Amino acid sequence: MDASAFLNTVLPFKDKMFRLAKRLLVSTEEAEDATQEILLKLWRSNDKMASYKSVEAFAMTMTKNFCLDRLKSKQAGHLKLVHSNYQDESVSLQRKIENVDSLEWMQRILKTLPEQQRIILQLRDIEQYEFEEIAEMMDMNQSAIRTALSRARKAVRESLIKTHNYGIQQQN
Amino acid sequence: MEFNNKTKYIEKLLEKYLEATTTVAEEQELKIYFSKEDVAPHLLEYKMMFGYFSVAKEERFTKNVPLEPKKRHVSRKWITVAAVAAISFGAFFGVDLYHSMKEQREAGLAYTQTKEAFELLALNLKKGKEQMMYLNELEETKEKIFKTVNN
Repeated sequence: MDASAFLNTVLPFKDKMFRLAKRLLVSTEEAEDATQEILLKLWRSNDKMASYKSVEAFAMTMTKNFCLDRLKSKQAGHLKLVHSNYQDESVSLQRKIENVDSLEWMQRILKTLPEQQRIILQLRDIEQYEFEEIAEMMDMNQSAIRTALSRARKAVRESLIKTHNYGIQQQN
Repeated sequence: MEFNNKTKYIEKLLEKYLEATTTVAEEQELKIYFSKEDVAPHLLEYKMMFGYFSVAKEERFTKNVPLEPKKRHVSRKWITVAAVAAISFGAFFGVDLYHSMKEQREAGLAYTQTKEAFELLALNLKKGKEQMMYLNELEETKEKIFKTVNN
């Protein structure tokens, strides 16, 4: 597979990889670096790519594992970055929606979810993968995925209801 | 009336949604419903959720991925092979070189030792030669005496 064929293969899901990386690593910069590194890894092993059942599922699994490893090593090294004053670079994206605060609020709520639930919610509610695909990416069975997803959705809703008044005020 | 029916339908879907039994298509329906303005007030928290999900999907990866041409892979492999060859070559001939240097050193030592031995021998020979002078002297004296006697 040459470079252009490779790029065409990863084109449909490179954004999904990036968004998953960002969901876990939070910072845009770190997520970009991670995505780049994973794509390069994928390119280097591209001889084997034809043997994968689904390159996309494989790439998403790689992204998940890579970011979880990175989080683990960060915690182990006490290098936990504080993102409290972190400025999101995607200004054009934020301009699209009127209520930036509610977005940030959602982001903060999702950050409190356990990593596994966060990944599954990302894969389903944002990327809209089928349960079968998520099961392959997570190496879990589908009912375990549904359980985790149900918990994640309920937890997000609970958090939002707690701040419902706040949310409405922000929206008006 | 129609509004109520729609709301009931959405509530049903939301129940399923929370139990994670909705299909992707049904979830898409929810996304579309909550992207509109006329949302029932008691479902506003879902507007925030689905609104966020839609916006979050817009984010793009814009960084370039510097893919090195494949040829360099091959050459890198060959560089490794060459390096290994060079190292084993070096190890092989290095041992040889070490041995030949050791031999040279030993030969040098043997040479000096032999030279020293010869020098010692030469010195003793010289001494012997000096002693021979006495013999000559004796001979001369002897001849003188015998000559005298014979006459």
